Amino acid sequence: MNENKFQDKIDSERKIEPKDWMPEAYRKHLIRQISQHAHSEIIGMQPEGNWISRAPSLRAKMILLAKVQDEAGHGLYLYSACETLGVSRQELIQQLHDGKAKYSSIFNYPTLSWADMGAIGWLVDGAAIVNQVSLQRTSYGPYSRGMIKICKEESFHQRQGYEIMAEMASGTPEQKEMAQDALNRFWWPSIMMFGPHDGDSPRTGNAMKWKIKRQTNDELRQSFIDKTVHQAEIIGLTIPDPDLKWNEERGHYDFGKMDWDEFWDVVNGKGPCNKQRLDHHKKAHIDGKWVREAAKAYSKKQKDLIIN
Amino acid sequence: MSLLNYTLRIADSSLISGQRLAEWCTNAHTLEEDIALSNIALDLFGQANILLEYASELDGNKTADDFAFKRNEREFFNLKMTEQPNGHFGDTIVKLFLFSSFNFLFYNKLSQSKNKNLSAFAFKSLKEVKYHLKHSKSWMVRLGDGTKESNKKVQESLNSLWEFTGEFFEMDEIDNELNKKGIGVNNKSIKEDWNNIINTTLLDSKLKRPEDGYMQTGSKSGLHTEHLGRLLSEMQYLQRAYPDAKW
Repeated sequence: MNENKFQDKIDSERKIEPKDWMPEAYRKHLIRQISQHAHSEIIGMQPEGNWISRAPSLRAKMILLAKVQDEAGHGLYLYSACETLGVSRQELIQQLHDGKAKYSSIFNYPTLSWADMGAIGWLVDGAAIVNQVSLQRTSYGPYSRGMIKICKEESFHQRQGYEIMAEMASGTPEQKEMAQDALNRFWWPSIMMFGPHDGDSPRTGNAMKWKIKRQTNDELRQSFIDKTVHQAEIIGLTIPDPDLKWNEERGHYDFGKMDWDEFWDVVNGKGPCNKQRLDHHKKAHIDGKWVREAAKAYSKKQKDLIIN
Repeated sequence: MSLLNYTLRIADSSLISGQRLAEWCTNAHTLEEDIALSNIALDLFGQANILLEYASELDGNKTADDFAFKRNEREFFNLKMTEQPNGHFGDTIVKLFLFSSFNFLFYNKLSQSKNKNLSAFAFKSLKEVKYHLKHSKSWMVRLGDGTKESNKKVQESLNSLWEFTGEFFEMDEIDNELNKKGIGVNNKSIKEDWNNIINTTLLDSKLKRPEDGYMQTGSKSGLHTEHLGRLLSEMQYLQRAYPDAKW
């Protein structure tokens, strides 16, 4: 009975709110997806944070720091959205530290030159936007509203990333080389951000039925590739895929085979920065323990003062 | 020339503090604090940017980025306090609190400067510095009056950073010259108010004010601790490695 009402609500495009009845599997799916998204924002701060101290101009430094700060803010929205489903931020962070919760594998690659700040903004945020624009219409109210806020900031991130790439691509030969190298390294991991092919994505079925997801992995990936190819052409960079070509019949670009063995290796912990990223997050958490304890002790003293 | 030098002193303190605070990004004990420290760093970079643009105007040749990324250690005039490593969160908070309490009073006076650029800058920055002071002060109290461990830690931070506070109130020829013209601040005149802020905060924080002992000096003539060179070599790396590139 409940189940039917719930599905009716979704089918008639009304949002599910925290106090509404929902199937346990729906709640679980959302917690997994939103927390994974939140962790991605937070772990995603590290590869870009790696270049704040070395940004090449005052303007670039301020933009990059503001961007990384935005990501912390997105993490906060998403943790809060997740908390409406009855799980605390502390528990979510524990799951991340225990390796039970995942984050986007793209952040397990190192940022090796300033051009990587461009590539991340342009490609990684670009891919994220395609996914997030679609998620603005997701069926769970708090997640949908969070996405609407986040999308506004992400489109600014993508523009600034593209601007860095464009500047470097038209700069000195060394700058152009850095830009092309960054594109070469980030292209394939970026298009794999959309996840496995639809046939290999076991959870897609329910997620589509419940309208948590509105488009499949392959549809989203295609839409990202279609719009990015032209952007690369404009700034004179080459996408590292010899099989990439326009397919008149489909009205889309055809593209080469993705290396799913690498994808699954990185998802399962065997990537260049998996250990580093998680260790960094754990260390900050452990180093800050005495501060959190002090704040708690102080706040307790203040409450005791009021009571007595 | 004096005015350029005076402007650079203020700009450099903001820039170097910002550079240090930005190192906290992804390292704070909560997301909220990560965001707060980044915010303060952004304010400080913004302040540095305004003043380095003005320095560029006074100089007529170098750009703001040239000033930030192409000067050597001996050509930087930031207060030595600002270049000290972050240490743990308590060290950073003590540094931020001591510097912000000085800056708050300094900008307050500078906002009355006869130089329109400096007064407008100070007026705008005052609002930001008020927040920096409020934020760092609230942490002084929480850490000082938190647990035994936090009190001990932050007292040690205070003791070891105290020697960098002497520079706040120094006056050299340039300061005197500009103060006479109504452009610069008489730093000695803000000492009493600074003492008041420090003493009341330390009382609330259950911390002891360290005795004035040896005081560091020298930043007004570009003499620094060994930490600045490393900070600059990291900050200036791209501009130095690719001098022909535009970013």
